[in-house]
Amino acid sequence: MRAMSTKLKVWWAVITVLVLVYALLPVLSIIATSFKLPSQLNLGTFWPKTWTTTNYEQILTGSAKDLFLPALRNSIGISLISTAIAVVLATLAAYAIARLDFRGKRLVLTTALGVSIFPVISIVTPLFNLWRNIGLYDTWLGLIIPYLSLTLPISIWTLAAFFRQIPWELEQAAQVDGATPWQAFRKAIVPLAAPGVFTTALIAFFIAWNDFVYGISLTSTSAARPVPAALAFFTGASQFEEPTGAISAAAVVVTIPVVILVLLFQRQIVSGLTQGAVKG
Amino acid sequence: MAAITLKDIVKRYGDGYLAVKGVSLDIADGEFVILVGPSGCGKSTLLRMIVGLEDITDGDLSIGGTRVNDKAPRDRHLAMVFQNYALYPHLTVFENIAFPLRLQKGAFTEEQIREKVEFAAKTLELQDHLQRKPANLSGGQRQRVAMGRAIVREAQAFLFDEPLSNLDAKLRGQMRTEIARMQRRLGTTTVYVTHDQTEAMTLGDRVAVLRKGELQQVASPRGLYEHPVNLFVAGFIGSPPMNFLPGEVDGDVLRLPVVDVPLTDLLKARLGTRKLVIVGLRPEHFEDADLSEPTKEAVTLTVPVDVTEWLGSDLYAYVPFETNPDVAGKLEELDRDLDGEGMRTQLVVALDSESKVRDGDEAKLWFDPNKMMVFDPESGENLTYDQEAVREIDSQNEQNRKASLERARAREGAKAS
Repeated sequence: MRAMSTKLKVWWAVITVLVLVYALLPVLSIIATSFKLPSQLNLGTFWPKTWTTTNYEQILTGSAKDLFLPALRNSIGISLISTAIAVVLATLAAYAIARLDFRGKRLVLTTALGVSIFPVISIVTPLFNLWRNIGLYDTWLGLIIPYLSLTLPISIWTLAAFFRQIPWELEQAAQVDGATPWQAFRKAIVPLAAPGVFTTALIAFFIAWNDFVYGISLTSTSAARPVPAALAFFTGASQFEEPTGAISAAAVVVTIPVVILVLLFQRQIVSGLTQGAVKG
Repeated sequence: MAAITLKDIVKRYGDGYLAVKGVSLDIADGEFVILVGPSGCGKSTLLRMIVGLEDITDGDLSIGGTRVNDKAPRDRHLAMVFQNYALYPHLTVFENIAFPLRLQKGAFTEEQIREKVEFAAKTLELQDHLQRKPANLSGGQRQRVAMGRAIVREAQAFLFDEPLSNLDAKLRGQMRTEIARMQRRLGTTTVYVTHDQTEAMTLGDRVAVLRKGELQQVASPRGLYEHPVNLFVAGFIGSPPMNFLPGEVDGDVLRLPVVDVPLTDLLKARLGTRKLVIVGLRPEHFEDADLSEPTKEAVTLTVPVDVTEWLGSDLYAYVPFETNPDVAGKLEELDRDLDGEGMRTQLVVALDSESKVRDGDEAKLWFDPNKMMVFDPESGENLTYDQEAVREIDSQNEQNRKASLERARAREGAKAS
């Protein structure tokens, strides 16, 4: 690539800063709010007048502990399990879609697409009734199943696109070299697909982690309620106090794992997302 | 090492397309056989059926005397080099070569694997690259790694699917000799698919020419060159390709667009009642009359040259001519079959580079009419085909092959002791 002129560099810098401010200002605002005293929430300043960890104490050890900690546990457990199931199922399905020619292949793909564009809100009510009747209401499984309906389609689509880019000859070469179909898959395809599988897993995890509609509709107690839903149940110390500070603190706490995951695996994510663009 | 026998092999794809129409071929133990033909002739499909990556619709395939139609690729014990090499990008060169050995669980100790890989690497001069990843290698090095993976496991046969088509011209020449050397030294049965007639001629003990899924002729390179069985083989083998001219029989002479050739009794008998034939003349059958004296039987012609190409070793002269509309269709069809472009009709003449013929000259040339080939314009059959001569050439070729294998083995033995 040719070197950019100074003028161009300045322009890019300005645009980058604008985008960063636009994207990060709300995050910063929430972080700032989470350190404010409940009584100082309405002062109208951006930064807290007095820095305090009261809100964090409240959600982790104080009055909101019983609301927040089980919700955190639920969120982590449910998201991890639905991600794991989605990735395993999607890997097998996507491999079959990419490699095999079978009847109904297009049907699987279009159904997956259809499911993923279907408005969540329209199935939540029937699901609520059904779940109550068959006893899945307010259980982990009761959330994992709808989460799969969100994560599976996108996982199948991303992984199928990914598998299609792996040259089929590699697998055939492995078979000629003496591998069983399973060995060829495991030793030649899986290592190459790993970045793609990884990216898919992260996307699936975030979808489950961020869900609110299912979380609030299909749960009623801390037995299965995930964090985004639990935040709505936060209350202030008295009815005249807003729980904004506690909610902000909780929001910061649930954002941290996402940020850590992305920072840790950004190389894999980038290579996973750009695999198609650059042929190796 | 084993012989491979194909008997009436048929491939019909799911959509009904008949890709291979009953091919029978005997490949002897240790023989180097080339499958050659223009694109879409079924040569790659045939190779993939041998290795087991395509199902065989009909017919029998046996390797080393056992029928293997229904065996999985891994049970056929063949090694294949793919066109794009199919190296495992996540493994080092060492692990790529060791891959087939590691798959045979418990068959080799770590020490044996190291030894075998290092031997293969030494054979292919890859010692310095063993710890590198395929992405960091040049095309030629990748090609050698793919070959290393094939030779390391002492397979029954080597199969090559257009292995040189991704390399540049210079490297292709080097790798060609490398493959020939390796095959001679190891003496492993080899089937090699290519669309490049130069590779076919230079590498093969025998060459099988395919067209639209049908086997046209199987013979030694020299047999194919000097005695092609039909128009297609004649046009495919040789570079620059053979010239085809319409020939009208008129009493005792055969009228070509550029010259009249007197007919011998033998030729007349072969022509039968045909009035119109296609005459094939190889570019190098022409000589410049200024440089060499025409022989007694020679036909001399004076023709206008419109373009010349001086190549250092040869001089190509192009002579335009008007073709006969009755055979134009047939020749156009042939050109299409050979992946040609249907360009103007011209005669290509390969002269000695000393020749003084230049663009726009009237050149005086001669050729020996006994070297002329005559084809039936309808069936394309070579009317001057001499089965006896082909058999003789092929048996001579077979003797040469055995002798050279013997010599290679003796050399190896001398080196080892």
